[in-house]
Amino acid sequence: MHFSYLSLIRQAFAANAGWPRQWRDPEPKPAYDVVIIGGGGHGLATAYYLAAEHGIRNVAVIERGWIGGGNSGRNTTIVRSNYLWEESEALYDHALDIWQDLSQVLNYNVMYSARGVLMLAHTVHDVQSSKRHIHANRLFGIDNEWLTPEECKAFCPPLNIAKTIRYPVLGGALQRKGGVARHDAVVWGYARAASGLGVDIIQNCEVTGIRRDASGAIEAVETTRGRIGAKKVGIVAAGHSSVVAAMADVRLPLESYPLQALVSEPLKPIVPCVIMSNTIHAYISQSDKGDLVIGAGTDQYVSYSQTGGLYINNATLEAICELMPTLRRVRMMRGWGGIVDTTPDRSPILSKTPVPGLFINCGWGTGGFKATPGSGHAFAHTIARDEPHPANAAFTLERFRSGRLIDEAAAAAVAH
Amino acid sequence: MLLIRCPYCGERPEIEFRNMGEAHILRPGTDASDDEIADFLYRRSNTKGLIAERWRHVHGCSRFFNAVRHTVTDKFVSIYKTGEPKPDLTALAASLNGVARS
Repeated sequence: MHFSYLSLIRQAFAANAGWPRQWRDPEPKPAYDVVIIGGGGHGLATAYYLAAEHGIRNVAVIERGWIGGGNSGRNTTIVRSNYLWEESEALYDHALDIWQDLSQVLNYNVMYSARGVLMLAHTVHDVQSSKRHIHANRLFGIDNEWLTPEECKAFCPPLNIAKTIRYPVLGGALQRKGGVARHDAVVWGYARAASGLGVDIIQNCEVTGIRRDASGAIEAVETTRGRIGAKKVGIVAAGHSSVVAAMADVRLPLESYPLQALVSEPLKPIVPCVIMSNTIHAYISQSDKGDLVIGAGTDQYVSYSQTGGLYINNATLEAICELMPTLRRVRMMRGWGGIVDTTPDRSPILSKTPVPGLFINCGWGTGGFKATPGSGHAFAHTIARDEPHPANAAFTLERFRSGRLIDEAAAAAVAH
Repeated sequence: MLLIRCPYCGERPEIEFRNMGEAHILRPGTDASDDEIADFLYRRSNTKGLIAERWRHVHGCSRFFNAVRHTVTDKFVSIYKTGEPKPDLTALAASLNGVARS
């Protein structure tokens, strides 16, 4: 069904009884041209673009749990592209371009809201590095501008810009095209569009092995629902990338850490934009439902526990209470953890692997949601044509051997 | 927050410690290949299960030590001093499974 004003009216008069399933729930076929391991936003976007742009429709997305139940459903939904290095700017801005009309293309409202991302500076060093980012972004054609403390306050009224607090606001870098999107809608929109083009989405199906033929090339994946033949396999397994890649004897430059987020009780609109702060480690926005969505930090040790230390959330909340004292008495409703796969240079890997027919999309660390459309688009190109898209050409697995890293460690929005 | 037993100071809260990454990674010799250097610098086991890792009691005795921890439960299985040999993680995992079954 095509979603439109007309279909909405029709269903309203039909007591909303005629809405169909959004995507099929097929049994796995014996073999596919491409098998994507991981049914999160990135994996489903990859499958969608394989079908929509490369005519490869004999594709399966295999998901251990339910689609969007991992980091796609656990992130803080922030979208921005103000990265430092040109390689990253190209990749994240490629995604930001796709975000602009994604709802129309997918015929599904992903609720992308360009409400602005304001990254605060609290020290002289912050001011200098923020301005360096702004200049680098503007040279690349990405919008980013400097706001004085008073302009920050005008843009986001609950901010406390008093000079007497421990880390006073000395200014901020504002990307107006940045904002938020609805994470579940992105997953569901891509799933529905991909399924409509013939992609099989297979949930509750865990990959237990990757089979290779005598030449070493990909032949099939073993799953809890049987063996599924595959000419090509794309691993898009986020925190579990190392575990899946190990099934094909590929050792990755990744470490997986718990990253936490939390939401408050719903409030009337109060935070009009996304506020991020590197130095005091806090980021906050308000969802359309009204709850404040707050991102905390990662734990310091490798873990797959999907939970984290409470003291990490406390540090973030203390910072937010000082930045926005009016929120001091707001109650937090829920907190949770997701497992993020971080690379040594804090840049992702979208690449071929040494195994013929095996591709990997991982290493998004603490900030993969914003890149979902661009990641899927570029990775589909890489899989379909056996060569990278210009947007992901630098994000190879090989760079950890050649030493040509893309060091975004200092450019991450918050210090993890 | 984890409760960690420093082999020199006893049990202390996690905030006194700094995790120093995977243990028993040796620097390759001067004739090492690019691949061996990449292994040393960047590639990690990132195991879902038992992992041997280094900790440092930064806000205590400041000394390094090693530990084996399960990365799903975050439970410490073994803590030992730097320089002592790496435990056989496969055997350790098997013995833990045996305990769980009995």
